[in-house]
Amino acid sequence: MNLLDDNSAQIAPNSSPALIPGRVQKAPENHVDHTFHATARKARRSFMGKALAMGAGVASSSAVSARAEGEDAILKLPPHTVGLGQPVAARGYGLPSQYERNLQRRESPGLTRVGAASVSFAPLQSLFGIITPNGLHFERHHQGWWDINPEHHRLMINGLVKQAKVFTMDDLMRLPAVSRIHFIECGANTGMEWGNVAVPTVQYSHGMLSCSEFTGVLLSTLLDIAGADTKKGRYLLAEGADGSSMTRTVAMDRALDDVMVAWAMNGEMLRPENGYPLRLVVPGVQGVSWVKYLRRIEVGDQPYYTKDEVMHYVDLMPDGRHRQFTSIQEVKSVITTPSGGQVLMDKGYHNVTGLAWSGRGRIKRVDVSMDGGRNWRTARLETPVLSKALTRFNIDWVWDGGPAILQSRAIDDSGHIQPMMRQLRAVRGTRSIYHNNAIQSWKVTETGEVFNVQVS
Amino acid sequence: MFKFLKPQVSVVLLLTSFFCSSASIAQPSGNQAAGNQAAGNQATGNKATGNQATGNQATGNQAAGAQAVGALAKPWLNLGRAATPAEVKAWDIDVRSDFVGLPKGSGSVAKGEEVWEAKCASCHGTFGESNEVFTPIVGGTSKKDIETGLVANLARPDFPQRTTMMKLSTVSTLWDYINRAMPWNAPKSLKVDEVYAVTAYILHLAEVLPSDFSLNDQNIAEVQKRIPNRSGKVKFIGLWDLKAKPDVQGELCMSNCKVSAEVASILPEFARNAHGNIAEQNRFVGASRGVDTTKPPLKEPLKVAIASGIADSPKLAVAAPKTPLALAKEQNCLACHGVDQKMVGPGFREVAVRYKGNIKAEATLITKISQGGSGNWGQIPMPAQPQLGSEDVKTLARWILEGAK
Repeated sequence: MNLLDDNSAQIAPNSSPALIPGRVQKAPENHVDHTFHATARKARRSFMGKALAMGAGVASSSAVSARAEGEDAILKLPPHTVGLGQPVAARGYGLPSQYERNLQRRESPGLTRVGAASVSFAPLQSLFGIITPNGLHFERHHQGWWDINPEHHRLMINGLVKQAKVFTMDDLMRLPAVSRIHFIECGANTGMEWGNVAVPTVQYSHGMLSCSEFTGVLLSTLLDIAGADTKKGRYLLAEGADGSSMTRTVAMDRALDDVMVAWAMNGEMLRPENGYPLRLVVPGVQGVSWVKYLRRIEVGDQPYYTKDEVMHYVDLMPDGRHRQFTSIQEVKSVITTPSGGQVLMDKGYHNVTGLAWSGRGRIKRVDVSMDGGRNWRTARLETPVLSKALTRFNIDWVWDGGPAILQSRAIDDSGHIQPMMRQLRAVRGTRSIYHNNAIQSWKVTETGEVFNVQVS
Repeated sequence: MFKFLKPQVSVVLLLTSFFCSSASIAQPSGNQAAGNQAAGNQATGNKATGNQATGNQATGNQAAGAQAVGALAKPWLNLGRAATPAEVKAWDIDVRSDFVGLPKGSGSVAKGEEVWEAKCASCHGTFGESNEVFTPIVGGTSKKDIETGLVANLARPDFPQRTTMMKLSTVSTLWDYINRAMPWNAPKSLKVDEVYAVTAYILHLAEVLPSDFSLNDQNIAEVQKRIPNRSGKVKFIGLWDLKAKPDVQGELCMSNCKVSAEVASILPEFARNAHGNIAEQNRFVGASRGVDTTKPPLKEPLKVAIASGIADSPKLAVAAPKTPLALAKEQNCLACHGVDQKMVGPGFREVAVRYKGNIKAEATLITKISQGGSGNWGQIPMPAQPQLGSEDVKTLARWILEGAK
């Protein structure tokens, strides 16, 4: 019995008094409610003061008895156990717990200058499974977002078609629907890290990434209705109804494969920030092609050279030329916990978890290294493992308290292997901005603090 | 813009191409998915087997629906209606690189300067050089580039910025984007001739066109031949076509791999808190916490630090975000400012009204709040508020501009 044990028993009755190897030890100051926190602080001041004055080894008898009996969290029945709770429909549309308010989509300071042409990142470090909650889905707007009345929204299909057509939302939602789970990743995700480490956490390094179950109609169904010339018409233009009237070229072979015109995500209509009431879903292709507030599809025989194919979303190569029409989000993975900016609570067992995805298909395997890439073990993939969707992986790790560098490496069913940063740089240099799918490294120090690093 | 070609009826066979999928075959979803099997799996709701567990997101719905009504009927083909010519004209505004879709018209550099001063310069600067709101439009190109069609500065890693004119390779793109999306706060308000004029003025600022030039639909193809970076783009199909080969491949080494594993880059300590306090951006239960980045890195493991009660143990607060109003009260803003009305200083909503539609409002207000100011609302100066963190200043500025609701 020593002073520290007694002290922790006093101020944090629900922390375990002894260090059990492999068990997560709770910190006293962040998992108790405010009332208890205040009481505990007062108690600690008086108790610590006396105890320290008397010297180590002097134990308080009340502390001992309190610990012997058990935790207050169990012994003292809380209000929610002895009182009456809230009625049904107290909130017509439910909200996350008040204790989850730290999870917000956030901007990266200095990245963009105008809020209406900016990006917010999803808090990957605190999410589970593969589905992104709709309210935390990353955002990218080119000229601000709108909440459009679906009754007045129209989709036009024109160009190389037998008959140019107009669809109301009523029409579209009567058509044969499909529901598919797909990831969406901005082409510039991890773009700030091409040259060096620039951001502290996975939210900012990889948070332009989300995954939803989308419901809509296959674009091929609409092209069929309009009588599209799919031979001559090798390209499509997708155009939004917002101020920027965002445009991107989509390949016809994709349009005939798995491209969707979607109105729903995760069981409800699209959120306004994500294109309500209609957006394009182009599985495996960078987010900019998933045109929001979709108003028009044009079938044509040439690419369109739109602003986001000429000025942006072009990848600068070392020779000063830009790659144009780069679209595929290649095989990639990242450990989300533990990750940069976090601190491990204790030595011992940790479930290392992360996400893997590929725009070329299904994730076949994820390997994880704890020593900066020297040795690797294969992680468990959680089901479902779907094509062009996020895949969750988990792997056991017993942290010995020493320094470690955590990495994950994904392999997809096309045989493509996630590259190291230096392999990417050898071909594409450091100024590409877009399509950085490098292996991510997180350094764990002896203090348990985790840092975003790049290894040579 | 759609270039009219003789229409052909396409045959998109939604259901005729059946494909036998098994649990072990990876199979991209799409029209050719195995309707029968998919429908079967979905109907039985067996999550653990077949498609769902192995990656086949088959198009069960469509197949199942078609089966019910007959595979060839497609009874939905009559949905939607024909678009009228006027409707197509109203929306089909895109201009292709071969200038299909470009409306007839013209605009001079001189006229462009007028429009620019009135509608563009506030964000982009008088000479398209401003870096305040957006990246500069003009700069970084040379007369030599106009000859070669390649912007030399793009090959220089030390060149600080890539302007619009450095990257622009097709003049149609510039015309199209001004036409569809500019001015920023009133897109599609420019007349066709004004779009020509503004395009001409930008190209004049970039020394592509002389000051007496008038750009029109007839001479724009000639102008294209002078665009400084017209040959600066390559199409790399490895990142466009799924059948094409990727350019970078990783390695599958599993043990004793040849890597140095030396840390080559890490965030400098001065940037530790640049993204706000990470402790407040993580859940406060679980196996890890966000670290308190308002303080230097931990010196001891968290368990030890907390147990010994040392001064710099991380404060892992619940950090309930304050409402902007609560923040304003806490910071004593309400001592001088009413929400609606002027007290010592202006009411927040008066501020919102004055700055409505002003693109720089947020930046201006952030400066006013953090550094103070006087003379805008009267002679009593507003003191600087150095105690406010940058996040709090931003929160307050946005809240005020949104009407302090």
